[in-house]
Amino acid sequence: MRVTTSNRINKISTNLKNNDTMRMLIKNRYIYLMILPVTIHYIVFSYFPMYGIIIAFKDFKASLGIIRSPWVGFAYFREFFSSYYFWRLIRNNLLLNIYLLIFAFPAPIVLALLLNEIDNLRFKKIVQTISYLPHFISIVIVVGFLKDFFAREGFVNNMLSALGMEPQAFFQDPKWFRPLYVASDIWKGVGWGSIIYISTISSIDQEMYEAAIIDGATRFQRAMHITLPSISATIILMLIFRMGNILNVGFEKVFLMYNPSIYETADVISTFVYRRGLQGAQYGYAAAVGIFNSVVAFIMIVISNYVSRKFTEMSIW
Amino acid sequence: MVIKKTFGEKIFDVFNIILMLILVVVTLLPFLHVIFSSFSSSKYIMQTKGLMLWPKGFNTKAYELALENPILGRSYINTIIYAASGTFLGIFLMSMAAYALVKPEWPLKKTFIIMIMITMFFGGGLIPTYINIRNLRLLNTMWVMFLPSCINTWTIMVLRTGFNQVPSSIAESAYMDGANDLIILFKFIMPLSKAVLAVVALFSIVGYWNSWFPALIYLKDRKLYPLQMVLREVVTLGENAGIEQMILDSMSDIAEEGGDFITMREAIKYATITIAIGPIILVYPFLQRYFVKGVMIGSLKG
Repeated sequence: MRVTTSNRINKISTNLKNNDTMRMLIKNRYIYLMILPVTIHYIVFSYFPMYGIIIAFKDFKASLGIIRSPWVGFAYFREFFSSYYFWRLIRNNLLLNIYLLIFAFPAPIVLALLLNEIDNLRFKKIVQTISYLPHFISIVIVVGFLKDFFAREGFVNNMLSALGMEPQAFFQDPKWFRPLYVASDIWKGVGWGSIIYISTISSIDQEMYEAAIIDGATRFQRAMHITLPSISATIILMLIFRMGNILNVGFEKVFLMYNPSIYETADVISTFVYRRGLQGAQYGYAAAVGIFNSVVAFIMIVISNYVSRKFTEMSIW
Repeated sequence: MVIKKTFGEKIFDVFNIILMLILVVVTLLPFLHVIFSSFSSSKYIMQTKGLMLWPKGFNTKAYELALENPILGRSYINTIIYAASGTFLGIFLMSMAAYALVKPEWPLKKTFIIMIMITMFFGGGLIPTYINIRNLRLLNTMWVMFLPSCINTWTIMVLRTGFNQVPSSIAESAYMDGANDLIILFKFIMPLSKAVLAVVALFSIVGYWNSWFPALIYLKDRKLYPLQMVLREVVTLGENAGIEQMILDSMSDIAEEGGDFITMREAIKYATITIAIGPIILVYPFLQRYFVKGVMIGSLKG
C-alpha cells in the first residue's frame, strides 16, 4: 500500500512541480502519517464531545439522537438558575476552594522554605522522599485512610474521648466535610507541591546569600528578603492557576467522601452533574450545569491572568 | 556553615527538625497502621483504639480470605492490562506527534498545535463525553478503560521537550543516509530519549493504577473492573458480597481466635489495601527521582 501511495505522490509531484505548498506536503508526507492517529483521536474523543455540548439546548431523546432532538433554548439554564440547588452548589464550590486557597495553597511554600533551612542534606532528602509518597496513592485509598482514622470508633475519636471531648460523627455531620477535605488535600499534596518551589530555590544565586551574610543579615532576614522574593514569580503563577479554578472542584474525592446527610456542604457541581445526568438520565439539564461551570471557569482564568499581567507582568499566556 | 549560629537560630533549627519529623510521622502513620493491622489477629483490631503500631498476634488469615475474593485477582489483572495497553499505545502515538512538533515548519503545523492546545482549556464535559462514548459503542468494553485516556496534550509537550534534547545533527545525518521520519524517530530519537520515555511511562502507569472514574461511569460488568473499583467497594462502601460469604464460611476459625464478623471484615479491608498499594510502595523508593524529574520537564514549558 505504501508503494502505491508513494507512486501516486510521485505522479502528483511531477504534475505540480511549481506548486510550493504541494511540494511541502509531499516532502512531509511521513509527518502527516505520524500525526494522523493523534489527530483522529483528538477529533473523536475531544471534539465530538465539544460538539455534543448542544445537548444542553435540546430535549434529548436517545431514540432521536442529538441532532434530531428538538431544541429547547435556554430552558435548562433558567431551570438551574432558579432552582434551590444553584446557590448551594455555588456556595459549596466557592467555599471549598477558598479554604483550599487559605490553607492548602501556602502549605507547600512553607514546607519548601523550611526544608531550605535544613543543613543536613541527608535528613532533608529523606523528608522530601517521604513527603512525596502520598501523591502516588489513589484517592480511594486516601479516603479509605480518612474513613478509618475518623470513623466513629477510629483513632481520632478515641483521642478525643481520652482528652475528655465529645466524639464526632465526622462523616455524618455537614460541618466536618470541608475541614476533612482540605486536611486530606494537604496530606496528599504538600510534599509534591513543594517540588516546584524547591527547584526554584535551588536555582537562586548563592552569591546573594554570601553577600547578605557579609552584610550581617540574619537567617530569617535572608529567607524573607532573598528566598521568598526569588520564588514569588512561581507563587504568583501557581496562584493564577488556583484562581482560574476557583469554581472547580474535582469529582472523585467528594464522591467518595459524601453521602446524602452532608449534601448541604459537600455536594458540588461535578457530583450534582453526575447524579442528575448519569444516574437520573437528565442529560440536557446536567450538560447545561456543566457548561455553566466551564464558562465561569474560563472567565475566571482570563480575569486572573489579566489581573496578574497588569500588576506583576506575569501571565500564563 | 562557617557563620556561628545565634541562640535564636539554634532554637529555630530544633523546631524545624521537630516539625519535619511530625510531617514524616503524619505521612507514614496511615500506611503503617493499615499494614500492621492487616497482619494482626482480628480480635486486636477493635481493642487497639484505632491505631496499630505493631502487628499484634501476627497472622495472615486476612490475606488468605482477601485473596479468595475472585474479583480482586481479576481486577488486578485488568488493571495491569489497562495500564500496559494505555501506556504502550499512548507513548507510541504521542511520540509520533511529539516528533512532528520537533520538526521545523511544515504546512498545517500551527493548526495542529492549536488543535491540541485547545483541549487543555475546553472540553465537552461529563455528559457529552458519556454520550459520545455510548455512540461509539464503547460502553462496557475494555477499550474504554485506556483508549480515550491514552493521549493528552501535556504528555505530548513533555515528549517534545525530551526529543528536543537530542542533537539535531543525528536526525540530519540519518536523513542524509536515506532514513525517513519514522525510522529517524523509532531508530534514532527514541533510543536516545530513554529518560523522558521512562518518566512518561511511569506517570502513565501510576495514573492507570489509581484510575477508577472511567470504570464508575462506563463499566457495568464487574468482570471488567479495575483494581481501584474493587478497592472502593471494600474500603469506602464497606460492602462486599463475595467476602461476606467467605467470612461466614470460615467463621468457626475466626471465632476460635477470638475475632468476630465485623473485625474480620476490617482485617480483610486492611489486607486488600495493602495488596493494592504494595507495588507502589515497593517500587517508589527506587523510582521517585524519575518522578521528580518528570515534574521538572513538565514545568519547563510553562
